[in-house]
Amino acid sequence: MSTLSKSPWILHYDASSCNGCDIEVLACLSPLYDVERFGIINTGNPKHADVLVITGGVNEQNREVIKNLYHQMPDPKVVVAVGICASSGGVFRECYNIVGGIDCLIPVDVYVPGCAARPESIIDGIVKALSILEEKKEKMALPVRVASGGEQ
Amino acid sequence: MITLPFLILFPAAVAALLLLVASDSWRRLIVKAGALIIGIASLYLLFITPEAGPEFFPVAFEPLTGLMFLAEMVIAAFLIYLGIKYKKYLAIFLVLAQAALLVYFETTAAAGVHTVPNLFIDQFSLIMALIIGIIGSLICVYALGYMSTYQEHHPDVRDRRRTFFFLMFFFLSAMFGVVFSNYLPWVFFFWELTTLCSFLLIGYSGTGEAVNNAFLALNMNLLGGLAFAGALLYLAFVSPGGQLLEISTLIQSGHVVALVPAVLIAFAGITKAALMPFSAWLVGAMVAPTPVSALLHSSTMVKAGVYIIVRFAPVLTGTMEGLIIGLVGGFTFLLASAIAISQSNAKKVLAYSTIANLGLIVACAGVGTYKLVWAAILLIIFHAIAKSLLFLCVGTVEHRIGSKDIEDMTGLIVRMPKVAVMMFIGIAGMFLAPFGMLISKWAAIEAFIEAQFGLIFVAILAFGGSITVLFWSKWMGKIISVCPVATKVENGIPREKWIALSFLTAMTVFICLAFPVISSHLIEPFVLSVYGQTARLSQDNITIMAMMLFLLMIMPFSMLWYRKSTKVVPPYMAGRPTTPDMHFLGSMGVQRQVNLGNYYFEEVFGEKRLFMAGTALCFGLILLMGTLTAGVAL
Amino acid sequence: MILLENALLFIILAPFIGGLVAGIDRKLTARMQGRVGPPLLQPFYDVGKLLQKEQIVVTPSQHFYILSYLVFIVVSGALFFAGGDLLLVIFAFTLAHIFLVLGAYSSYSPYSFIGAERELIQIIAYEPMIILSAVGMYLVTKSFFVWEIMGSSLPLILYLPGVFLGFLMVLTIKLRKSPFDLSTSHHAHQEIVKGVTTEFSGPMLARVEIAHWYENVFLLGFIYLFFAWSPPVAILAIIIVYLLEILVDNTFSRATWKFTLKSSWIIAGMMGLVNLGVLYYLSAVVPV
Ligand code: SF4
Repeated sequence: MSTLSKSPWILHYDASSCNGCDIEVLACLSPLYDVERFGIINTGNPKHADVLVITGGVNEQNREVIKNLYHQMPDPKVVVAVGICASSGGVFRECYNIVGGIDCLIPVDVYVPGCAARPESIIDGIVKALSILEEKKEKMALPVRVASGGEQ
Repeated sequence: MITLPFLILFPAAVAALLLLVASDSWRRLIVKAGALIIGIASLYLLFITPEAGPEFFPVAFEPLTGLMFLAEMVIAAFLIYLGIKYKKYLAIFLVLAQAALLVYFETTAAAGVHTVPNLFIDQFSLIMALIIGIIGSLICVYALGYMSTYQEHHPDVRDRRRTFFFLMFFFLSAMFGVVFSNYLPWVFFFWELTTLCSFLLIGYSGTGEAVNNAFLALNMNLLGGLAFAGALLYLAFVSPGGQLLEISTLIQSGHVVALVPAVLIAFAGITKAALMPFSAWLVGAMVAPTPVSALLHSSTMVKAGVYIIVRFAPVLTGTMEGLIIGLVGGFTFLLASAIAISQSNAKKVLAYSTIANLGLIVACAGVGTYKLVWAAILLIIFHAIAKSLLFLCVGTVEHRIGSKDIEDMTGLIVRMPKVAVMMFIGIAGMFLAPFGMLISKWAAIEAFIEAQFGLIFVAILAFGGSITVLFWSKWMGKIISVCPVATKVENGIPREKWIALSFLTAMTVFICLAFPVISSHLIEPFVLSVYGQTARLSQDNITIMAMMLFLLMIMPFSMLWYRKSTKVVPPYMAGRPTTPDMHFLGSMGVQRQVNLGNYYFEEVFGEKRLFMAGTALCFGLILLMGTLTAGVAL
Repeated sequence: MILLENALLFIILAPFIGGLVAGIDRKLTARMQGRVGPPLLQPFYDVGKLLQKEQIVVTPSQHFYILSYLVFIVVSGALFFAGGDLLLVIFAFTLAHIFLVLGAYSSYSPYSFIGAERELIQIIAYEPMIILSAVGMYLVTKSFFVWEIMGSSLPLILYLPGVFLGFLMVLTIKLRKSPFDLSTSHHAHQEIVKGVTTEFSGPMLARVEIAHWYENVFLLGFIYLFFAWSPPVAILAIIIVYLLEILVDNTFSRATWKFTLKSSWIIAGMMGLVNLGVLYYLSAVVPV
């Protein structure tokens, strides 16, 4: 395990959630759950973040925003969809304004179920995401290795 | 030796020639050739200046003094004519008062004078001559390119370029006269010539504002001239033989006789160096074409003011009057720097920074210990180079983007990369380690601690110094921010401008490398010959600074290393969809463009408030000094 | 006399000490907030991670400024520990920060732009006091050279209590602690996102972080100077000061720029200047 998974900095984006999941995400930062134990920090800045935590589904207003945030994060990065809204659209799925879950826009790595998702499962989801982060890092390094191997 | 009179007369001859020549191509040739010759002649001085102490050259030409008197009267008549034409009665009054003093001096007081007036040169004069000869003539070359564009951009301003270049070169003559004359009435004559030239140059465009500001400058400088004339009269009475009319003897004659004239002349210097409360004229002078500002701020005019005060530093040191002059300088430094924070007009920022730095030089000279004089001369050199570079950069930018507002210089590094880099170096030269100005400020702090009442000055320097950091860095930040929409507009800059700009940029960097040599060969011998001891930076520090400079110079090459393989993403805009030219959809569906503006802290550092405070403070101090001096004189 | 070995030691050891101090800081902060907090070595994990990330930039010129920032922070710290001229150290230190500010400006991003302006305000808020501290040390020891101040047998703190308090005040600014963490913050203040550091990411952010460690060690070294006559006392003082800073950090919320500037100029300036004035007067009467 490299330092990558010991220091996951998250960016929390509230897409079109009912605020139920948001409060649970923030609860993770409170003394009771204290995610900083795992080195998790809420950065509020895509350029510093490793994990994009999204609550709520995609609508026409936040579509571009989600894409922008995702593209402004440096690789390797993972996306965690928190709550069923983020996973599939949830109870709002049929609404006129909702496009669907986050995965209709950007690739999602971990789905955290629940309405609202409990802090324990959110933390669990983020910790799951870390191993994916490590995998992605390795894939990132791969082409370079092949290239250098080719030269020899 | 022929070089000194040559340097005084040759620019005047070039000036006269330029007045006659109407064709532009001839003017270009004459200006360039003239500038080259003046530059070479001033460099030549390096080889003939004696190692220690001044060298004198009597000018045994009787009618000269009479001729000068005649010229002064003609100038007075000319000024009175202009005063009547523009209804500026205060100016007329001041001219009349000064003329009366002079007539009195000539007819009665000077009757018994039988010294042979002489020219002199020592390391300080040499430094000044180099500044005037090299930087001044570079500015003249730059003006060639500038003025042709200027006339195109301002069709309403009458094309009086002949007069303009006449005045520019004549100015150089007058300045050489000031720094080479040992005989005070001569210094005074050249002193008044600089006032006249600056007056005419500021009023060049002939608009109402220009005329008003020109007269403002004239009035303030005439007031100083009045004090200078008073000093001459006083000296003529104290020593009927006229020996004390020579700077060299006057300085050595001790506090008792020399203090009163020294204070009067220092007052003249304060007006010329535009310290508070007289700073308004230099700020107003920015209505003139930019080369004029560059000339006034860097190598001429204001430098004449500080030159004369530094000359008299040995007399002022240790006296109450000297301390007060120092305080006037110190407060000017502090307040003018603070005002510069609230300004967005680049020329105004430069003007206030000049005033601040002159204040610092005068603070050093007023307190006047040997270490401080060393620091003051260092400041004069570094300031002249960096400031002229900055003015010329601003002038160039102004002609390309049509504005001299710092807010409009966003992304200059993309739009005019070369000029932006030059400007960057110029600004760095004004406040960053290991560039020149900072070395002198540092030396000044170390020197002030040991001086009497030095703590006040140290505090002023500590606070004032960090204030300068603020306004320079935010300007720097503006020009280096990489603005995504900017188009490049750098082509079409005349060659003359490039020549002057590249020279000055090279000099800004070079002078930092060469400063130990300049210090040991020029400044230290001068300080040694005047005070019998001298200051210098320790060898360790010089080595470290050289290493820092070296590091700074290789740093940009790291860009080559990083150029490849980095992904470029747009700046963070809270995720809002933003077009490449930084338009985004704001609230209520309104398209907005990102517009980043600097802080100016108007309510804290506002010009009006601080200027009032500074004027009151410095005016009070000068009054106090006047009273003290009057007490001594009577 | 420049002690090259010390400079080398600083360059090698400072990141470890600085990172460790940052780790202790975070642990204590968490405890004060009733949390368990991250592992002690968390700052190293963070930097390690940042170094593994992909480098993205807004403009490649950011690299130049941030590298220069790191280099000049190291230079000024090394110069300090080598016993160099205190004023030169301070000027090099300012130069380094100007590079950080320029890096933020260069990206033309609203958040880092505001951060840059605030950082500049911080610079002008703390710089006078730091210079006055150096001047105070000169007045007592008659030298600006760190090695001579270190070698002095006088208890500087007894001569310079006001200066020391003023220095503590600006130290809060320098350590980026609340209430003076205007330009960027370790806390979750997000109204200007991350201020100056908003547009730095990956390895570049790691460089900023490492520079900050170097900087903190240098600042702790500065505290040491006040107590240099007795190393145990000095170490104790450093520990107490740092604990105090952490306490202050967790007690206050972010102040406005105006309050920061005014309070640091007035309080710190006054304390420093009155102290220096007394000292100056005394040294004129009875040479210290
Ligand atoms: S999952 Fe439930 S609690 Fe969470 S945002 Fe959707 S509706 Fe709200």
